[in-house]
Amino acid sequence: MSLLDVAQVDFAYGRGRAILSGLSFVVEEGETVGLVGESGSGKTTLLRLALGLQRPSGGTIRFDGAVLDPGDRSSMRQFRRQVQVVFQDPYSSLDPRQKVGAIVAEPLRSLRVSGDHRRMVEQALDAVGLDTGMVDRYPHQFSGGQRQRIAIARAVVCRPRLLLADEAVSALDLSTRLRIVELFKSLGHTMSLLFVSHDIGAVAALCRRVLILEKGRIVEVGDTAQVLSTPQHPYTRRLLDAVPRLAFGETP
Amino acid sequence: MTIPADTAILSRKARSWTLVAGLALVGLHLVVALLTLVWTPFDPTELAGRRLEAPSLLHLAGTDRLGRDLLTQIMIGSRIALTVGTAAVAIGAVLGTTLGLLAAFASNWLDDALAAALDILIAFPTLLIAMLVVAASDGANLSTAILALGLGLSPIVARLARILAKRVLLMDYITAARTSGTSWPAIVRIHVLPNIWPGLSVNLALQFGLAVIAEASLSYLGLGAPPPNASWGRLLQEAQGTVFSAPIGAITPGIALVSLVIGINLLADGLRERNDPARSER
Amino acid sequence: MSALLAIEDLSVEAGGRRLISDLSLAIGPRERVGLIGESGSGKSLTALAVSGLLPRGLLPHGSIRLAGREVIGAAERELNALRGSAVAIVFQEPLTALDPLMTVGRQVAEPLARRAKRDGAPLRGSALASAVLDLLRDVALPDPARLAHAFPHQISGGQRQRVAIAMALACRPALLIADEPTTALDVTTQAEILQLLDRLASERDMALLFIGHDLAVVASAVDRVVVMRQGVAVESGPVATVLAAPSHDYTKGLLQAARHFDDAIGRRL
Repeated sequence: MSLLDVAQVDFAYGRGRAILSGLSFVVEEGETVGLVGESGSGKTTLLRLALGLQRPSGGTIRFDGAVLDPGDRSSMRQFRRQVQVVFQDPYSSLDPRQKVGAIVAEPLRSLRVSGDHRRMVEQALDAVGLDTGMVDRYPHQFSGGQRQRIAIARAVVCRPRLLLADEAVSALDLSTRLRIVELFKSLGHTMSLLFVSHDIGAVAALCRRVLILEKGRIVEVGDTAQVLSTPQHPYTRRLLDAVPRLAFGETP
Repeated sequence: MTIPADTAILSRKARSWTLVAGLALVGLHLVVALLTLVWTPFDPTELAGRRLEAPSLLHLAGTDRLGRDLLTQIMIGSRIALTVGTAAVAIGAVLGTTLGLLAAFASNWLDDALAAALDILIAFPTLLIAMLVVAASDGANLSTAILALGLGLSPIVARLARILAKRVLLMDYITAARTSGTSWPAIVRIHVLPNIWPGLSVNLALQFGLAVIAEASLSYLGLGAPPPNASWGRLLQEAQGTVFSAPIGAITPGIALVSLVIGINLLADGLRERNDPARSER
Repeated sequence: MSALLAIEDLSVEAGGRRLISDLSLAIGPRERVGLIGESGSGKSLTALAVSGLLPRGLLPHGSIRLAGREVIGAAERELNALRGSAVAIVFQEPLTALDPLMTVGRQVAEPLARRAKRDGAPLRGSALASAVLDLLRDVALPDPARLAHAFPHQISGGQRQRVAIAMALACRPALLIADEPTTALDVTTQAEILQLLDRLASERDMALLFIGHDLAVVASAVDRVVVMRQGVAVESGPVATVLAAPSHDYTKGLLQAARHFDDAIGRRL
């Protein structure tokens, strides 16, 4: 049984153009999967469906064997403890009027997780490489990279089994991006990760398996190294050709 | 492109100045208003001097056309203005914010309908709505005026609350709250209200000023608090006939009104800066 | 060779803190220079200083000579003339750079008409309209006749950036400053915009100051780079030299990060 099982999922707003069509893939327990897509590929919609924020127009999404039903409150509460998300923009993802401690503790409070919340928050901050003394400060006092760490701490504080990342490193500087990718890599030892991004370099550095999404369809799936070295679909080839490379003065 | 927040340093001194000036002006009115509860120079209805006396040591602002002490009347006017302003803004804020949030959360067509209704209501001047409400009620008294002004202000507050809330609802931290299992009522309490408050409070202070002016206008038209309530608006109206022979009777309530409104606006400006965690520290 | 842009000992201060310290940089006609730096490096402030757009409260010292004229301390009227003819900027986020209530065609027409008027050959009516279409075609926008009537929110991010570039080109600047012009865009769109900037710079004999944090992107667009960190230029030189043998630790760190991702992608078979 797969942890996340997306089967024949379609999505469209009303009778509008299909945003996702016939989408199927799985994320296994403990696996780190990359989903590469550009704007208009439907990746954001897919994440909203996988988070139970919206219902698919067709097909089913299963988590740990159970069909995801946004209308069922008690099962959703169980689900929310196990699936968390990190967003792209570290500025809009943290409430500017809340202190770091309250931000990171929000899932614990809302999901009524038992235990010592203060200690769990400190453990989460520690896990993402932040000083635990930061709980009394506001988000604006931190840099973009630190803010993204705070957002990750909030996502892992209730020890989810699956972490979804929506372009979680795309807004960061290069060296910060590398450090956050390393952080995700270390988190990948304890949870499954679905890493959605248009940044092929970050996906390649992090994920063993990759899916290529174009206009609501998965056009290529496979082992990351293989897909990147011998791309089969024309879109994958176009995507790879577009990536700026450093190979200066080196002969292939 | 980011500009370092340190550039705000230059203007921060100016900001704290507005806070101090605002506090001083509003504080003065507040002290006077509280004082009138226990002491006034003369009894407001007492004919304490001759008619239309010029300012003197005994009557610092002179007397009105019946010979009552003007300073006493203006001091009581402070109390009325602050009471009406606070109560009307409170009613307008609660009603307007509730309506605005409902619209922000409503489905598309309901939101559109509410937005259109608010736009139509806003097209009517607050004063006109207030006058209609007073006309529809039994008679002119202080609580009718307060209710009328509160109702009149609520569409303006509602429209702003709707726009601010919609902007906040688009933020990723709202989605993060939802995926953290936070319920909608809790999201409103924890995230939406605190984040629309800075924008809303500045507007509410502005509305407070407008309410004070509108109350004066209602009283001026004879639709506000009836005598012997010495509203500034009624003082202005009474001084109208003698404005050329004894201008002091019109000037002093005018100064009182303007100083309170300016004070509130300065205070609001200063408070906004202090309330914003992103600006107050560093 | 007289420099088009000559920055000498530029410092920018705010509230007693130095945001840029003693920056010197020269760009000759048709030269392409990259300014590499991460957030807080002062790279975007440099662009604003060059075009005289520094926000109030930021005090520049030193000298910035643009087309032979001093920018620091210049009157707003002189700056306006310079901004039209000598320099134009393209920003990171095209949506905020365009007026949401104006059609694409009208936004491009405005600087075009201003430029034509200054040259003494005013453009109006159908002549202006066809000049707008020419320009939109030049930045490779598909179906320019239709796009000219669209509003910014109706077109894609890449198309918006093309419109912003068209507006910058309308004044025929000798120097185009591109401040993170592709950071908000997808990979394939980024490649198209980089190609477009490359073609336009050579066709129009334009010098280019390309600002960015992504080594690979900047390196692909310019011949010479300056690496900035916390307001200080730590290294400069030809792209190939800096990438092959960086001398400063900071550059080495940046290069290592870039290499990490580059190596992860691997080499195509």
